[in-house]
Order: sequence, then structure tokens, then C-alpha cells
Amino acid sequence: MAFLSEDLRNQIQGYIPNYPDKRAVTLWALHIVQDALRCVPLQAIREIAEILELHPSEVADTMSFYGIFRDEQHKLGKDRVWVCRSISCGLRGGEELLEGLCAHWKVKPGDTTADGAITVEFAECLGACEQAPCILVNDEMHGNMTQESVVKLMENGGQAS
Amino acid sequence: MAEFEPVLLRRIHQPDSTALAGYLADGGFEGLKKALGMAPADVANYVKDSGLRGRGGAGFPCGLKWTFLPKDHPGPIYLCVNGDESEPGTFNNRILMEQDPLQLIEGIAIACHAIRSKSAYLYLRYEYGRSYRTLKKAIEECYAQNLLGKNILGTGFDLDIYLHRGAGAYICGEETGLIESLEGKRAWPRIKPPFPAIEGAFRKPTIVNNVETLCCVTNILRLGNDWFKSLGVPPDPNNPRDMGSYGPKLYCISGHVNTPCCVELPMGITARELIERHGGGVWKGRKAKAVVPGGISMGFLTADELDTPLDYNGPGKVGCLGLGTAAVVVIDDATRMVDVLYNCARFFAHETCGQCTPCREGTTWMSRILDRMRHGRGRREDLDLLLEVAGSMGIIPGTTICGLSDGAAWPIKNAVNKFRAEFESYIQSGESSVTSAQELMQLAH
Repeated sequence: MAFLSEDLRNQIQGYIPNYPDKRAVTLWALHIVQDALRCVPLQAIREIAEILELHPSEVADTMSFYGIFRDEQHKLGKDRVWVCRSISCGLRGGEELLEGLCAHWKVKPGDTTADGAITVEFAECLGACEQAPCILVNDEMHGNMTQESVVKLMENGGQAS
Repeated sequence: MAEFEPVLLRRIHQPDSTALAGYLADGGFEGLKKALGMAPADVANYVKDSGLRGRGGAGFPCGLKWTFLPKDHPGPIYLCVNGDESEPGTFNNRILMEQDPLQLIEGIAIACHAIRSKSAYLYLRYEYGRSYRTLKKAIEECYAQNLLGKNILGTGFDLDIYLHRGAGAYICGEETGLIESLEGKRAWPRIKPPFPAIEGAFRKPTIVNNVETLCCVTNILRLGNDWFKSLGVPPDPNNPRDMGSYGPKLYCISGHVNTPCCVELPMGITARELIERHGGGVWKGRKAKAVVPGGISMGFLTADELDTPLDYNGPGKVGCLGLGTAAVVVIDDATRMVDVLYNCARFFAHETCGQCTPCREGTTWMSRILDRMRHGRGRREDLDLLLEVAGSMGIIPGTTICGLSDGAAWPIKNAVNKFRAEFESYIQSGESSVTSAQELMQLAH
């Protein structure tokens, strides 16, 4: 019995025809697994390697380079909130926003709230500098944020009301 | 001066500017039709004659880059589109991809015809989820209308565009880092030569072009290279190596201004005019202390250097690294340069890929020295130490594989040299600009 579901395997395999080399699917595979499982467990690394005809260490090496991926010990919460701290946001309150949110949710950057709902992280430039300070909630950018507006947004499940 | 009518951004305020029907109604794909009526080499020469230089930061002539591909190469040739926009302060490509994806798709198709490529990979930074969804839908619409796929518009031209999402690493914007990442590896830039045009993605000849560059290509074919050359700044007659700064440019304005925005203007506007006319002036009635001319890698302009034209030559004349991404970040006179510089140094320490020792160690130590300074524990010799470290890393001194290091060193060099008195008095005062809450946060990093 494979650890990765049939659906996840099919999603990964769906990208193989796009490239002349299966290894190029590595980032897609890691994203697909993490989106579903909130981390990339060791057994998933082994199975991704098997699908892409790689050594597991090659998948693990790539995974370790990109800060976005989490191992089993650092599983993401239900929602991931990235708070930009780079220059344009930093000049308009991004660092204070990150501090305030961490205090509000009683976490340090990188950690997940005790109920497993929210992982808070700092981000380097999110590329929405005209809306500083900005945040990324999962796959959606939100701009001109305050602590109150972020808290409200997350109470609403990350959906703008 | 008459108001400039935007060309690259002309459609972004239209309702549903991302839909194919509207794009076709606005003359979309006329540029591609024109290109497909020309031989590939003629398209490359036409773009070369326009004077278009890359918009991603390095400013390399676009058409010339295309001509570096081997002639009559029998195997596949790839186009990689650099949509990994991550230089702090920069968001122009996000706007192009989110608001007018078809202008980019058309530019990709024209470029692929010119370089005889049948496969384009659009490497998109992961954080641009909306760009991804918008482009995906636009690409699907193009396949349905035979604007992508086999035998496009009955001309025998085949093209597939594949979207590839990154995973949050600045170094993927470096063209060979991008290629390594596309191949599924850590994004460690490659030693050049061989350049990607000879051996790039999947070891095949590859061209890497920036999103805005390709959007310019669409309009060069649509409106003519004379149109492109009618805008911007011609070459300096006293500088035989200057290739000019032609065409429109998207300028990003952010930081301490009243109206942060992205605006399209002919190349060569001054930083002052950009801030005052388009950024609504410095916020809170303050004055600008320093201005980043083109992303933090380019360094800083002082308040006395704001009349610098933002073309490919201007920033370099006042000691900045170059025009970079033309992302202008304004820093007001109530802000301490030590805090700004720490923010920049911390960015590079986080984003160094770690492959070359001078960069991995240099960025980290520069960030630590500035952090110590910010905590009120700076030493007078720290300023020279920063300059020594900054001066020893990068492709300019020849100690690293890619230019990330030069970009990390430049804000340090500019800030310490141009604002030395402020740093010295800050160090002498023993003040700390760090609050106790920030101290606690630091422990978490």
C-alpha cells in the first residue's frame, strides 16, 4: 500500500509529459504533497523519488534548498500567513505587523498556533510593494494590512469578506 | 510635455483585461501575425534594431542575446521566461501577468518564432498565485483558439507554453539559477561559459527573457521598432559602448511616498520627477533622505542625487550599480540608514544560495555587523570592515559565480560611503533602534 494516494500520484504524473526530464517535476511534486498533507514526510520523498526515477537524496536535497517546504516535524497549520518584512513593507510597518500578529497569536515566526489553525512566517519581498504592508495567505495576496485587518481576515478563514 | 500614453499598461484598467476576446478586439496577436510572416532571423534582427535591452536588471540587448544561439541547431531550443520577480521593491511583472497575460503570451510566441523554439517554460515565483491562475486560464484560451499548440494560425508554427512554479528563492531570478531550479535541483547558478544560449535548460540551447522584455517585444512587432526607438534616451555620443536606453519602462514606486504605484514612462525620467509627479511626493510632508533607484541591489541615491535620470546609464554615474529593475524605494528623513541597511543586508543573508563562500559568509557577516550596530554596540572600525567585506565579494572582484553578491555588496558600499557621517554619529551615540519586542522576535529567527 503506497503512502501517497492515487490522486496525489496522478497529479504528480500529470506533469511528467511537460518536460524532457522527469526530475523537473520535483518542485511540482513537493508542492502537491505539501498542499495536501501540510508537510512532506520522509515516506513521501521516497515515493516522489520512485515516481520520478530519482534517488530519494536528490529529492531531499532539492526540498532542503527551498524554505517553503516543511518536514514532518514542522508541519504547517491549516492556513499559512506570510508577512513581508523586506524594504518597502519594512518602511511602512511590516515588521511591526509581524510582531503584533505573533503576539496576538502567541507564536514566534515560523510557528503554528496551538490549535493548529495558523502558521505565521516572515516573508522576503512578496512583490506587492505598492500595497505595503502586504501578506500572503496560502495562495492569495492581501495588501495595505493592519493587525486588525489580518486578524479579521483569518477569523473569516482567510477569505476577504 | 504632453502626458505619455501607456502602451505596456494600456489595457490593464479595462474590465476583464485578461480575457482573449477583449485582447483580440484590441488588436491582439497582430504582432505575432506580422512576425510569422517574417523569417525567424529577420524577427531577431528587427528586435535587435529596436534597441530593446533586457528589463530584468542586467540590461543586455534582447535581439543580440537571441543571435547567440547556435545556427542550424538540430535539437530542441528552449525559451525560459523569467517570472521570478523578487528584487525588493519590484512588482511590475506581477502587474503585467495579472492584468494583461495575453500581451506576455504573444511576446513569448514571437520570441519563440525568432529563436526557433517550440517549448517555452514560464518560471513563476510561487508567491504569485494570482498570476499563475490568470496565466493558466489565458494559456488554455489560446490553445482552444489555435493561438498555441500545433500549426498555429495555419502557419506551421508549433508552440507549447508550460507554467512552472518556483518555491520561494530569490536566486531563481538569476538565469542559470532559474534553469537549475526548472530542472528540479537546488537553484545554484552555473559557471559561465557555457552561456545558456549554448547549453541551458536540459543541456539544450536556451534563451532566458524577462516578462517585461517580452511584453516590449509584442509591442515592437505591433507598433514597429521606429516607435520603440522614438522613446527614451539615445546613446551618449561620448560613450561608444553605450547602446542607449530606448522604449517605455515600467517604474515601481514604493516606500515613503503618498501614492505607491507602478507607472509606465519613456525611459529616462529623473528620480525626483517620478517621486513628485507619480508617487505623490514624500509622505507626511517629509523629505527624502535616500532613494533606491532600481531594487535594493543597486544601492542608494542621496537627496542631492535625485535629478539622476533613471535610464541604463544614470544611476551608474552617481555610484549606484545600475538601473536594475527600475524599482524606486523612497526613504524619508525620519528613518535611520542603519535600519534600512540592516533590512537590505538581512535580505541577502537570507537569500544567498550558499554556493560561493564569499557570498554565503559575506552576506551573513555584513548582516550581523549591522545588527550589532543597530543594537547600539557598533564599533568605529565596523564601517571599514563592512567596506572590506563588501569589496571582496561578487563577480566584479571575481570571487563568486553570480551577481547576487555584487547586489548584496552595493547597498553596503553606497550607504557607508554616502552616509558615513550619519553612521559614525549613530555608532558614537551608542543608541539602539531595537525595541525589546524586536529582541524577542530576533530570538525566533
